[in-house]
Amino acid sequence: MNLLNVTIDGIKLQVPEGTTVLDAAKLANVEIPTLCYLKDINEIGACRMCLVDVGAKALQTACVYPCSEGLNVITNSPKIRDIRKATLELILSNHDRSCLTCIRNQNCELQALADKLNVREISFDGVPKGLPLDNISKSIVRDNNKCILCRRCIAACNKIQTVGAINVMERGYDTIVSTADHRSIADVNCVNCGQCINVCPVGALYEKDNTQLVWDAIKDPDKYVIIQTAPSVRAGIGEEFGYPIGTPVTGKMVGAIKKLGFDKVFDTDTAADLTIMEEGTEFINRLNNKGKLPLITSCSPGWIKFCEHEFPEFIDNLSSCKSPQQMFGALIKSYYAEKNNIDPTKIFVVSVMPCTAKKFESDRDEMEQDVDVSITSRELARMIREAGIDFRTVEDAQFDNPLGEATGAGVIFGATGGVMEAALRTVYYILEGKRINELDVKPIRGTQGIKEATIKVAGIDVNVCAVSGLGNARKVLNMIKSGEKNYHFIEIMACPGGCVNGGGQPIVPAKIRNKIDIRAERAKALYSEDMRATYRNSDENEFVQKFYNEYAGAPGSHKAHELLHTHYIKRERYLSKK
Amino acid sequence: MKSLTELNEIKQKVIKTSDYKILVGMATCGIAAGANPVMTELKKIIQERNLNNIDLQLTGCIGICRLEPIVEVYDSRGDRYTYVKVDAKKAADIMQKHIIEGTPCTEYLICDDSDNCIKNILETKSFKKQIRIALRNCGNINPEHIDEYIQHDGYLALGKVLSSMQPQEVIKLVLDSGLRGRGGAGFPTGLKWKFAAAAQNDQKYVCCNADEGDPGAFMDRSVLEGDPHSILEAMAIAGYAIGSNQGYIYVRAEYPIAVKRLNLAIKQAKEYGLLGNNIFGTDFSFDIELRLGAGAFVCGEETALMTSIEGKRGEPRPRPPFPANKGLFGKPTILNNVETLANIPVIINKGPEWFNKIGTEKSKGTKVFAVGGKINNTGLIEIPMGMTLREIIYDIGGGIPNGKAFKAAQTGGPSGGCIPAEHLDVPIDYDNLVAIGSMMGSGGLIVMDEDNCMVDIAQFFLGFTVDESCGKCPPCRIGTRRMLELLEKITNGKGEDGDIEKLERLAYSIKEAALCGLGQTAPNPVLSTLRYFKDEYKAHIYKKSCPSGVCKHLLNYYIQPEKCVGCSICARNCPVSAISGVVKSPYKIDNEACIKCGVCYEKCKFGAIYKK
Repeated sequence: MNLLNVTIDGIKLQVPEGTTVLDAAKLANVEIPTLCYLKDINEIGACRMCLVDVGAKALQTACVYPCSEGLNVITNSPKIRDIRKATLELILSNHDRSCLTCIRNQNCELQALADKLNVREISFDGVPKGLPLDNISKSIVRDNNKCILCRRCIAACNKIQTVGAINVMERGYDTIVSTADHRSIADVNCVNCGQCINVCPVGALYEKDNTQLVWDAIKDPDKYVIIQTAPSVRAGIGEEFGYPIGTPVTGKMVGAIKKLGFDKVFDTDTAADLTIMEEGTEFINRLNNKGKLPLITSCSPGWIKFCEHEFPEFIDNLSSCKSPQQMFGALIKSYYAEKNNIDPTKIFVVSVMPCTAKKFESDRDEMEQDVDVSITSRELARMIREAGIDFRTVEDAQFDNPLGEATGAGVIFGATGGVMEAALRTVYYILEGKRINELDVKPIRGTQGIKEATIKVAGIDVNVCAVSGLGNARKVLNMIKSGEKNYHFIEIMACPGGCVNGGGQPIVPAKIRNKIDIRAERAKALYSEDMRATYRNSDENEFVQKFYNEYAGAPGSHKAHELLHTHYIKRERYLSKK
Repeated sequence: MKSLTELNEIKQKVIKTSDYKILVGMATCGIAAGANPVMTELKKIIQERNLNNIDLQLTGCIGICRLEPIVEVYDSRGDRYTYVKVDAKKAADIMQKHIIEGTPCTEYLICDDSDNCIKNILETKSFKKQIRIALRNCGNINPEHIDEYIQHDGYLALGKVLSSMQPQEVIKLVLDSGLRGRGGAGFPTGLKWKFAAAAQNDQKYVCCNADEGDPGAFMDRSVLEGDPHSILEAMAIAGYAIGSNQGYIYVRAEYPIAVKRLNLAIKQAKEYGLLGNNIFGTDFSFDIELRLGAGAFVCGEETALMTSIEGKRGEPRPRPPFPANKGLFGKPTILNNVETLANIPVIINKGPEWFNKIGTEKSKGTKVFAVGGKINNTGLIEIPMGMTLREIIYDIGGGIPNGKAFKAAQTGGPSGGCIPAEHLDVPIDYDNLVAIGSMMGSGGLIVMDEDNCMVDIAQFFLGFTVDESCGKCPPCRIGTRRMLELLEKITNGKGEDGDIEKLERLAYSIKEAALCGLGQTAPNPVLSTLRYFKDEYKAHIYKKSCPSGVCKHLLNYYIQPEKCVGCSICARNCPVSAISGVVKSPYKIDNEACIKCGVCYEKCKFGAIYKK
């Protein structure tokens, strides 16, 4: 690899051939402002904020301009400042500047840039856009009045997720991020994964806020309000309160939630263990009885909707198991209610998820309202702040029992490869009578998009695959269709890196996303909790064992199927225009 | 066709022995003016009277578009007659009197500026000053018959290149000629080919930019409708030079006649083995396909054009990488304008020295200008670089109609600037135009007189750019719109102190920050009118008046009491009841209430209403 000599603001350095001026500047500790740039996802030189002087006739965008031998770059000068400010003023003139009430107030890249560039006046003001909100979707709200047309959401939806629900429509001043025929995203093949929200620099995309429903339930003396928290929430929510990325804050999270007034605070991980029992049994069944293989996991509702829209031919491959969130609600409103003499109609189940698609999932007709409301990590953080709770000084607390003691296998669900590993731990044990060698499962860990391994169990070479990111899912499914690949068991997570990078997790600005792999950092928190857990295999969960003994019989039983399993439907890409 | 010999055979073939050759101008201009009925009538008479000594052909645009439909008659003595503004009746007269009876109809012939009727277009002052290279065949041949192109030295250059030149020699020849891109940027064509030839790849492309988006520019259309084979030949030569076997012509969908004639030309060239596999029996193959535009000015921009051919939203992208290295489908690509390509066969045939004797030191050859606006002789002209604006407007253009004073000439369309009277004697070439605040552009030349408002002109061009912005980058998407809003404010009489400074700051920022040429040049009309006509802006802002009497909102309507007979028609038609009076007495307009719709002005039968 050739090394090039370049100079950035007088600082001489050597960079590998192919390095952009932006990246070279980073190496020299020079920060060039960007807005539309998102490493490996959106590199289009559109917003013009990163314009620098490279000695050419015109200023060039540093984010895509390649270094060459002897390049001499000036990143800041009176002229460059003037032009950056003017461009930013133009963007601001076309932006709904209601920062005080905006959901991204204080966590907005446009706000930060305006402050950084010292823009104190907008000389060219224009008529507000006055565009209607798209808030029909159960999961995601779009506000085009705040959109700055950076196209990061489009890159996430088209390039990474290969869903293509949104794209640029119209042209010139009327350019707008929209769907085919300007429908709501609820009426096209949006899968609700929320990756668009994660990459949006401003408040143009955000989750449907359901916190008021939770407050109302808590206030209601008639309701028995139970909350369950997904594993990824504890790995991410600390960031909302200033903790470094990936700090596990389980104790404080539980403590803070308890102060909110819920009747019970449970751990979704317990239901995850239950899911493994059901799904592991389902897998062994299909393996032994020539059932439909590969078996594909079904706990990611973004993936499920993607399958229903784009790959309905694989619907029969999906596990019929409900997701942990849904299994949790189902068993609360049946087994738990019975055992504790509570009227199930008075039970209000809230789930906190790293996920926006869970809002859609909890409301599916096929799910019979197991979960009443699903909120995201971000919404929980807002509730904690609003309630005046100082997260950082809360005393560590434990989940309530009995649904508070999950195994390590349940906790790693949040990382890509975690569900697969949890399933393998139990399946291997059931078939071989001994515990699997962890090294054999290692290839399934990590943030790579497609990971495979072959595990020898019960005399069969079982081929497994863990996929995250729907673009990768598309790739793998096409490889199966073409016969290029042959798997027995596939885990598919809609979000790249798994749920730790879900559409409901704390928003991390591009500046940091471009530098740190947040998925890896957050996943570390989960794997470390797994290492410290008393029990690390789902089949060791005492509550789950009790549930079967006392209530459901055995995994895969008729009762288990009634409560804990579901079905899927084929979906068209576009609902007819209303 | 396997060799140049075969080509020559066709060239020498039967020069039709007819007593008369009649050419009817049937480019878009001719057809729009009514050439179809003329052609039908001529055909009818020929058939009815069994006249089989007449060679009747359609031809392209000869450049005097305002005088279409044009019928040219060539007799067996070699005399040429140019009949103008012909209709079916005149056509019948011409057939009867000139063809059958042998007496030309002098009253229908073309006239020169002094209204003397002459015989043909060659004798006009305008034509004498032109050097027609790109337009050499337009109006002279039938573009739908490949044989006619061949008889006018067609495909000779391609034959010469394939049989006796190496690719590098071709590139050197084009470099030596000094040919610069005629689409607007003026980049040396030979250099562009050189970069692409140097790129290492097993697939390269030759593209022709036939999008011609500038409003008021139609020289490319003329070439495509009148001489399509010249483009095919040039593209094949370019393909040989850079190592490409595939060409695309990106032609705007609004040119259906051009599309039809291009498709026909490609088919005919393939039948003769002059396109397709093994051209002239060599191992060089070159195919050409058409790709139609869809109504976007921005798709005339190099990278946007290629993105459009790729089937994506037609938006430009940052460069580097440059298309010569990574262009269409990621492969090395050259994109040349139609007029640029039209010059290539002539440069090959006559040599670079012949070409670079024409023009100025840094701008060689000729340029086709589409002359429009307040000028007597509108149409297409092809003149050597270096001619002055004064010569173009007064010698060739016939001056300003109605004795009005020249005010400015706009070159370069929405990307260009205005040239005021003080620069009438600047020799027109690429660099001089940039120095005085304009640019060559594709060759549109709009002449303006004392009755044009320069602020209104700037607003017109900016309005076009705002409509056509692709929307990708904020400086153009939002900035040009903000500029337009400022101009609208000014022309509506709401201009404020500080607006000119805002315009200048916006213009400067957009020029520096925009992603592509559209945005980077969009402020030019504003900047150049500010440079030369700032007083007009000031009048609009501070005096709330439009000196040229154009901006409706700054006009006041008045009734001259002496001329008003009190008929009350104006008052009855005023939509806001701003006119009051008593019948049979002079009426009065309330300027505060008046909305400047102009209805009263139109309705008054006594000319009693004037605007100031």
